[in-house]
Formats: sequence, structure tokens, C-alpha cells
Amino acid sequence: MTDEPLVLGIETSCDETGIGVVRGSTLLADQVASSVDAHARFGGVVPEVASRAHLEAMVPTMRRALDIAGVQLSDVDAIAVTAGPGLAGALLVGVAAAKGYAVAAEKPIYGVNHLAAHVAVDTLEHGALPEPSIALLVSGGHSSLLLVGDLARGVTPLGATIDDAAGEAYDKVARLLGLPFPGGPPIDRAARDGDASAIAFPRGLTAQRDQAAHRFDFSFSGLKTAVARWVEALERTGEPVPVADVAASFQEAVCDVLTAKAVEACREHGVDVLVIGGGVAANSRLRALAQERCDRHGIALRVPRPRLCTDNGAMVAALGAHVVAAGLPASRLDFPADSALPVTTVAF
Amino acid sequence: MLVVVVDTSTPAVTTALVRVDVDTTGAKGVELLAERRQVDARAHGELLAPSVRAVLAEGGATPGDLGAIVAGLGPGPFTGLRVGLVTAAAMGQALSIPTYGVCSLDGIGARTAGTALVATDARRKEVYWAVYHERRRVTDPAVDRPGDIRAVLEELGVTATVAVGAGARLHAEALALPVLDAYPSPVALAELAADRVRSKAPGEVLTPLYLRRPDAVEPAARKRVRP
Repeated sequence: MTDEPLVLGIETSCDETGIGVVRGSTLLADQVASSVDAHARFGGVVPEVASRAHLEAMVPTMRRALDIAGVQLSDVDAIAVTAGPGLAGALLVGVAAAKGYAVAAEKPIYGVNHLAAHVAVDTLEHGALPEPSIALLVSGGHSSLLLVGDLARGVTPLGATIDDAAGEAYDKVARLLGLPFPGGPPIDRAARDGDASAIAFPRGLTAQRDQAAHRFDFSFSGLKTAVARWVEALERTGEPVPVADVAASFQEAVCDVLTAKAVEACREHGVDVLVIGGGVAANSRLRALAQERCDRHGIALRVPRPRLCTDNGAMVAALGAHVVAAGLPASRLDFPADSALPVTTVAF
Repeated sequence: MLVVVVDTSTPAVTTALVRVDVDTTGAKGVELLAERRQVDARAHGELLAPSVRAVLAEGGATPGDLGAIVAGLGPGPFTGLRVGLVTAAAMGQALSIPTYGVCSLDGIGARTAGTALVATDARRKEVYWAVYHERRRVTDPAVDRPGDIRAVLEELGVTATVAVGAGARLHAEALALPVLDAYPSPVALAELAADRVRSKAPGEVLTPLYLRRPDAVEPAARKRVRP
């Protein structure tokens, strides 16, 4: 076991400052400082607010993670950091910090892909990932379907959102319904008392005509607009808005499309393992519907616990450990933070 | 004692390795061993860490030889500024050595003569500035439009005879002063922190001199979609 690499992971792509420590696929520490409360009144993540918070949180969060793991920086075999995709200014705080730690502690550094890290984190909970697998990543910033072979060497994108991310749609609909930011948890809660079939909201990019160009892509912008129209029509007539029914029907539309396309991707590629990651993977309806549909098609569903689905440093460390174990060379010290890093680049 | 100095408050990525003589006081006894300056406002994140490694190598030192880190706190464009400060903070933490902050404008002002307006580029047609008399800062660092600075100085009863820095060069006409070019001097920054280094003063959290609040507006009433 002690042959496995001890890797430190640093994540700052959005509003969570995450530091994780893993040994191979064993999680030793996972510390997150979130600036989510500072963004709430703006109704979305403000990049400059997030960047400032990362700078303040870096050193204390690192201290806590190292203490909990019971290791020193001098003990680690490598430092991994999210190089992208994400908010440019936020990414740069983590990348610069990681380089500072790497130079001072004289350690190799790996700039890695945030989306691939969301997949890799599942190995901490469910062990090595069968090759190939399909991964569905859904968060406030991403909605992607990926074909995953050897994680260290490449991920093939099958589709992604062409407009809003799923989590973004949750935030916007929550605002429409007078629910707080971030919108995922309050909509999930409100939906429990609602009728998911009350309103037939549209399922983006599921029509026959979209299959040629967008079979595994997503679109949530039209859904958000449809919800807005429906709510405003009621408001005009002075009728009360049935928040629970709207929440349940909206959530059903999102989860229906996500899970249907994910299962279809598995069947198309003859893959029997589906991994779901990203903040929206904490959604109860997404988990339930994915389980139901995977069971029906003999697909094994792997979803990490919610704490590991949202952004964290452990996922970066997990991917770093995988990349180190695969013998990939370390990144050059001048690698950039790339806000649009393609998922085909797992490590710089 | 060996000290690494970093400043990323301007388009210049500045690093240096200096030796602080512990048997003297004030600005005396700071010896430059190696220095790097690369000017590229968009590549601080790429340039800084290799540059730190380079000055260490050139000075024949390893990270473990360092006794402190000194960093320019700005003011400066936020994204680049944070690169320097988080790198310095991470190095300090990794090596268990103290970090000390110095106003980056002072790294320019300490090398001026007479009464000088030091101005760096704050973008958005503004400058970060402060006035120095005999190398000492006599105004608080501020951010303003160049054309508004004269009135502020008049109110303070200060008359600058020269403007120094990239912001001054960029807005020479509005400032109506002779202009000299300069970036923060890492040796000057080290000199300003030298007494703290020598006395092993408690390390400081490196908080940027932002001088501006984040650009963020709370959303107004929601926009209606068309029926």
C-alpha cells in the first residue's frame, strides 16, 4: 500500500477552495472552504469575489488538510492542481499556489483537468473504474457526457450543454420561484411535495431532428424560459404559483433528459458502467431516476457521496494519483491556467 | 539571511534573491544576489514560479536556505497581483518561514528624488498612485483618473515635480508632469521589510491593497420573458 503515491490536490475553479490528500485511492483529507454565501445576494458566483476568497482561504485550508491527513508537505510525492476548465481568475489562484508549494517543497506538479477529476474521485469511494465507462458530469458550470477509457490518458467527450449548465438552470428557476441560491437543494426539497407530471415542460434536444447533430448534447435554456413563461402567465392573472408542482415538473424535465441520454450513451458504446459526478449529482431525483433506468438496462451506476460530487481538492488529488501511477511526466512549471481546457487534455 | 522578493503588481513579473545583513539596521545591508524581470501583463501565472526557481539557482541557493519571503502587496490589477501573493504565501507556508508585505508603489517611490508622483496602470483609464517626498510616501495609496489627481494634490497642499511609473507614462498628458519609467525595485521592497526580517517579526498574512470593491451588482427585478 505504501507504494501508492501520496498526492496533494488543489481545486479553485469556481467558488470552493478545496485541498485534498490521497494515497493512491485512499482518501486521507478533504478540506473545503466555500465562498457560496458571499455570492448568494448576487444570484450567482461573482468571479472576483470567488478569487479574493480563494486567496484568503488557501493557507488555512492547506493547514487543515495536512493536519487531518497527518502529513507534511515534504512527505508528498506530487502536487496536483486544477488547471481548467473554470473561472480564469479563480483557477489562477490555485495554480499559482500549487506552483509556490511545488517550488518551495521541491515537488513535481501536475496541472490537471477539472472534469476528469470529477470522474476520478469515484475511485476513492468505489475503487478502480472499469474501462471504458460513461461519465455524466452535471454542475453549475458543466453538463457533459464523457466516454472514459484510461483516465490518465484521455477522455472522449460525447456531448455537452450547448447553452446553460443544468445547475445554472436550477439557479435561474429557483430565483423565478423565490427560492434561495444555489437553487439545487431548495428545488429538490420543494419538488418532494409536488407533482412531477403537473406541467409538461420541454425536454431540450430530444426531438428526432436534433439526433443527428446533438444526440448527446444538452440544452436547458429553453426549459428555463418555458418555466418563466408558465410562471408569469399565472402571475398576470393573479393566481398563486404552485411552487412545488413547478419545481417537481422542472426537475423531472432536467433529470429525464440527463439520465435518458446517459443511458443511451452507455448502450450506444456497449458500456455497462455509468458514473455521475458534479454538484447536481447530489440531487435526489437525479440519483433515483438514474438508478431506475440503469437497473432496467443492466448498467452499474456509480455515484460518489454528495460531499465528493461537489468541487473539492480530493478529486484533484485522486486524478493526480492516477496520473502519477500511470507514469506520466510532471507538468512544466510554466503551464497556464486554462479556463476552457478541453476534457481531452487530462494533464498538462 | 536569504530572502526571496516577488512583485506582480504591474505588467512586470519581478523576482529577486537578496541577502539581508542581520548586523545592521534600516535600508542598509541588503545585497542583491539575483534578479529577474519579465514584462508581460497577461502571463504572471506562467512566468512567476520559473522565475523564482531561476533566481534561487542563480544565487546558488535552495528553498531550504531561505529565511523569509517579501512580497509587493500592490495596489495592482487583481488577477496578476494575487499570483504573486498566493505564491509567496504558499512558499512561506511550505518552508515555515515568515512572509512580509510592502506597498508595491513604495518599491518605486523609494528610488525617486524630490517630490514624485508614482503612478501605475490600474486599467479602466485610472492609475494607482501615491506621492513621495525624499523617498518617503506622503499620501495613502489611491486609485483615480489621472486628470483628477491634480485637484487631490492641491487639496493636500502637495506639488509633485515628476511622475514615475508605467501609469504615469500611459497618462503623461493628463498628469502634465515630466515622466520617468520605473517598475518596483525588489531591493527597495526588501529594504523596506529589512528590519522586520532581521528582528524575525511575526509573519504577516499577505492581503492585497485592492482599493476597489469587486464589480458586482445585486440583480434588480427579474426581466420578464415575452408571453
